[in-house]
Amino acid sequence: MTLIPSIGQPVSRLEGYQKVTGAAKYAGEYKAPGMLYGYVVNSTVTKGKITRFDTAKAMSLPGVVEVFSHLNRPSVGKFSLQYADMDAPPGSPFRPLQDDEIIYNGQPIGLVVAETFELARYAATLVEVEYATEFFQTDIRPNVNSARSPKIGMATMLKPPPPKPKGDFQKAYDASFAKSEGEFYHSTEHHNPLELFATTTIYEGDGKLTIYDKTQGTVNSQLYVANIFGLKYKNVRVIAPYVGGAFGSALRPQYQLFMSVMAALELKRSVVVTLDRSQMFTFGHRPQTIQTTQFGADADGKVNALHHAAIGETSRFEDYTEVVVNWAHMIYPAENTLMQYKLVELDVFSPLDMRAPGGATGMHPIETTMDDLAYKLKIDPLHLRLINYSENDASLNRPYSSKELMQCYLQGAEKFGWDKRDPEPRSMRHGNKLVGYGMATGIWEANSLPARAEMILTKEGKLQVNSAVTDIGTGTLTVMTQVAADELGLPMEDVIFSYGDSKKPFAPIQGGSFTVSTIGSAIKAAAGSLRKKLFKKAASMKNGMLKGLELEDVVFKNGRIELKTDPLTFVTYQDIIAENNNEPIKALKFSVPNVLKLKKYSRATHSAAFVEVEVDEELGVINVTRAVTAVAAGKIINPKTARSQILGGMVWGISKAIREETITDHRLGKYMNQNLGEYHIPVHADIHELDVIFVEENDDIVNALGTKGVGEIGLVAMPPAIANAIFHATGKRINHLPIHLNDLL
Amino acid sequence: MNTNFPDIPASPKTTFSARPVTLRINGNPVELNVLPWVSLLDALREYAGLTGTKKGCDHGQCGACTVLCDGERILSCLTLAVMKEGSEITTIEGVAQDGELHPLQKAFIEHDAFQCGYCTPGQICSAIGLLREGKAETRDEVKELMSGNLCRCGANTNIIDAIMDVKNLSAHE
Amino acid sequence: MNNFDYFRAASVQEAIGLSVEEDDAKYIAGGTNLIDLMKYNLTDAHTLVDLTKIRDHHEIQELPDGGLRLGAFETNAKTAWHPLVEGRYPLLSRAILAGATAQIRNMATNGGNLLQKTRCYYFYDANVPCNKREPGSGCSAIGGYNRIMAILGTNEHCIAVFPSDMCVALAALDAVVNVEGPQGARSIPFADFHRLPGNTPQLDNNLQEGEIITGIDLPANGYAQNYSYLKIRDRNSYAFALVSVATGLKLEDGHIQSARIALGGVAHKPWRDEAAENFLKEKEPSVPVFREAAEIMLAGAVGYEHNAFKIELAKRAIVRNCMMALNPETQVPGAGPSL
Repeated sequence: MTLIPSIGQPVSRLEGYQKVTGAAKYAGEYKAPGMLYGYVVNSTVTKGKITRFDTAKAMSLPGVVEVFSHLNRPSVGKFSLQYADMDAPPGSPFRPLQDDEIIYNGQPIGLVVAETFELARYAATLVEVEYATEFFQTDIRPNVNSARSPKIGMATMLKPPPPKPKGDFQKAYDASFAKSEGEFYHSTEHHNPLELFATTTIYEGDGKLTIYDKTQGTVNSQLYVANIFGLKYKNVRVIAPYVGGAFGSALRPQYQLFMSVMAALELKRSVVVTLDRSQMFTFGHRPQTIQTTQFGADADGKVNALHHAAIGETSRFEDYTEVVVNWAHMIYPAENTLMQYKLVELDVFSPLDMRAPGGATGMHPIETTMDDLAYKLKIDPLHLRLINYSENDASLNRPYSSKELMQCYLQGAEKFGWDKRDPEPRSMRHGNKLVGYGMATGIWEANSLPARAEMILTKEGKLQVNSAVTDIGTGTLTVMTQVAADELGLPMEDVIFSYGDSKKPFAPIQGGSFTVSTIGSAIKAAAGSLRKKLFKKAASMKNGMLKGLELEDVVFKNGRIELKTDPLTFVTYQDIIAENNNEPIKALKFSVPNVLKLKKYSRATHSAAFVEVEVDEELGVINVTRAVTAVAAGKIINPKTARSQILGGMVWGISKAIREETITDHRLGKYMNQNLGEYHIPVHADIHELDVIFVEENDDIVNALGTKGVGEIGLVAMPPAIANAIFHATGKRINHLPIHLNDLL
Repeated sequence: MNTNFPDIPASPKTTFSARPVTLRINGNPVELNVLPWVSLLDALREYAGLTGTKKGCDHGQCGACTVLCDGERILSCLTLAVMKEGSEITTIEGVAQDGELHPLQKAFIEHDAFQCGYCTPGQICSAIGLLREGKAETRDEVKELMSGNLCRCGANTNIIDAIMDVKNLSAHE
Repeated sequence: MNNFDYFRAASVQEAIGLSVEEDDAKYIAGGTNLIDLMKYNLTDAHTLVDLTKIRDHHEIQELPDGGLRLGAFETNAKTAWHPLVEGRYPLLSRAILAGATAQIRNMATNGGNLLQKTRCYYFYDANVPCNKREPGSGCSAIGGYNRIMAILGTNEHCIAVFPSDMCVALAALDAVVNVEGPQGARSIPFADFHRLPGNTPQLDNNLQEGEIITGIDLPANGYAQNYSYLKIRDRNSYAFALVSVATGLKLEDGHIQSARIALGGVAHKPWRDEAAENFLKEKEPSVPVFREAAEIMLAGAVGYEHNAFKIELAKRAIVRNCMMALNPETQVPGAGPSL
């Protein structure tokens, strides 16, 4: 019997048992003898200096071991460079407890360490702090005049600046038959993974630490700790087998890691630091943005002028950037374009990549402007997209490695029933409710990065696969096991993927929808090397059936090396290992994307989202009653976990469009709804029928696997599709997100 | 001038000694020595070593800490361990019987009703409570009565599918 | 959150005794709000007196006058799903089920529901002025982000809203709150239980020191034929009301014999307006008639920078909910708008 390939099978998550039984342990759930609990003290002002930091009352409590602050912090790295991480934008990273300066509200300014959690939490309230406050600015809107171009740095590599202007935008726009323009405002958002950020540092002695950290990159945290605290890399081991959601928030090491390690090293004891929910709003967020668009089209609906400008918020210490304005011209091939992206410095923490950073921000103005243009042209919004369809990326004048967006449009529209849409706004009803249909295009980049992977075939015939990569809930463990199994022709049960450990071969941070492509490619590379080694051994076996053959003559399947032309001519892996004196055979490979080949192509996933909303005409209550997203994302390794990624993205899209926002009181310079009661992420009752289609897309250019990633693409098209559906339902074009019921009264 | 928490009296009241609290956790009597200020959630996670029950907000705003107390779903973060003396507490660790997963646990795996897994113990305990209550018939009612459990990964439809499966299964038995 | 001493009371009398003997004692029952507030360092107690093991005051029992007594220590969930409540006071059942979540309703008690603190952002932030938290310090909500705040009965001291759903129905039903305290037992009509901010926004209600709510009495008329609870909020569940409406109508020969309308999410207490209810008497139910009643109810409303929409929203919600009350079977889970 021939083994069915694992790739393409809807395999249930391999760690499912651990997750449904409570056996899965997260960063703050490890215990060590004599472990101490840390609780962070945060600034209650937005800008200024600490003038008094009095720990006497806190320290007087029996069981409180230490209160750290800028006054007594142990000697740690002083230089910005030591705090730079793999995702650090240009600038000078935040250095906790560095000095008496307060640069944002909620800044960590102290750590209370005590024998119990309750005691540490209480003692933190007894620390008396006084400040000399200074003038601050946290609202982007009154500060647009100070917008400037972002600085260029390492992180800019993955975040290209806007494309150069083309033609003469203004002239073309002025002369356009149909014009649409808009101004858009997006609120701040916070990632709010359900798991609270936590780090457990196990003090092993001899300068060694084992760190359980909430992170999207074990190596990233390892390097960060080693650099700041002057430790040898090999003495810092960061482990993160389970990560309770992250969505970008753990792409950078957060301050609980610094605090936990600092306290453990200084006190020579194991220390766990877990943030509380309000502290989850004190590092990294999706920035508030102001955007403007001006799109012009000729009478046939051909878009000939595209202008998209965005102003994003950043901190005073780093230039956080996003790719916001590059997308329109990647999709629509206009002759005249003008794209601009600027930053405004405010007294906030640096923004941080949050699911589909930039894409989720930029696609809303682009696709609602297209929708508006469709009304002005009296052309169906879907048809307008088809009129402006391009096989190439006009912004860079190069072909796509693959692009099945057309099929996304067609299959999505069919499944949704787009043809039942009456184009007239406010024309469709369901009882007291106005019904609206809206659609939008989605796009996200398909990247991959260098990574290393190791494969070991053991004498039991098991394939051990090692990578430092994390699984933040995306299904990495399952999908990588599938890839490895097929590479060696083994059933998944014979593959053990070990991950989430900085001791394993190098993996970059997990994000940007590039993990499957990155680690998958590394596994493929390692597998190629392993196959060669196995074959070499097999071909050299004295009485082996494969003696004298070439690698091209054989296939690796069913746990053995078979002659392509005759499956009965084979050598089993176990026999090969036996021949190797029962020693396992290993292969370690570093895979690097073929930049020379790739730069000839644009690589992107595409989607089309179709949405039905019901809006209560008098009360404004909005429900997304139905949504279909059709996705072209290359090869889908696991349709079950990939579908979940898209569903998750769609829920995020609903949330961004009509639910979540961080509310800032700019008088105070602080976030007012720093809790899950008032920061509204969707509840079950908010989520109705969601449907996902994966259209077939073959891509042998993007990477060896043909995968493009599915983490972000489910999100980007949803907010504009919802906003467009709301317009169709109500005749009201609301250009700020989230759209609240009172916007529709 | 600003100070942190100006209203809280500085006199520490840690002098009240820990007291033994006996809970039945997952069928076993467990005596914990805790101070009154220890929440049931922290008692489970930090004192009883049962970290399956999750802390997502510690303020009754996410549902991750849901456990069954004398058969009813409650939030362990909003009650004190000392208040539950003598109660039967079922946590996610006690849901499977003799190594056999509960039908909801199986359905969650089958429907891919989780991604990161952090809200999962709370979702499952909550769903057990929901089925026991017997008040939800339609999908809309299940959605409403499961709305106390947030899922940030967006597994909502899969979670409700899993629960509806088990609900319909038990209705047919 | 500071530590505290803990006593388990076996009876109401013992609890009251403990509250008198111990310094700075607070009662705890469901704990769903108190523990939350303690963890945020917004309140503190030297002693907690646990009422949950008191055997009395748990039951839902019929009263000789045809009314119903809700034990103060019964949970919100058991109350909402009690056959007598579902059958005779379905408005109350609906309102309770629109509040919080299944888990919280399994913990929260009827007495505790009446004693919830506001969810004003500024009350919850110990580092900003708030007259409710620190009398005389000022109100940060008035010039701040006040989208969720009150539009009725406000003043320069406080614009916070009272967050309960259950109490909106209890107000509509003219419930009576039974309390016991160091001075003995007394009964407080529901309208007199909660307070407007006045000059003492720190006081949410008229409970005296040491008093315990022991029960809530419902009068015989439960408006069980024509009733509806509508809750407008920023998500479909697990959120506090921007505006909520409890309506009970008694119809005879196609005319309104009596009407009860109470609003939540708009004031420092559940909001009733006799003039509006009287206006509806003898009228034929219709959208214009309900709109007129709504205009009367909101006549004194004052909007702030971000919440002025609540005035029109409340009017429309009243109209809708009165129409829903004519067809109570159309109500949907979560108390969202139907029809």
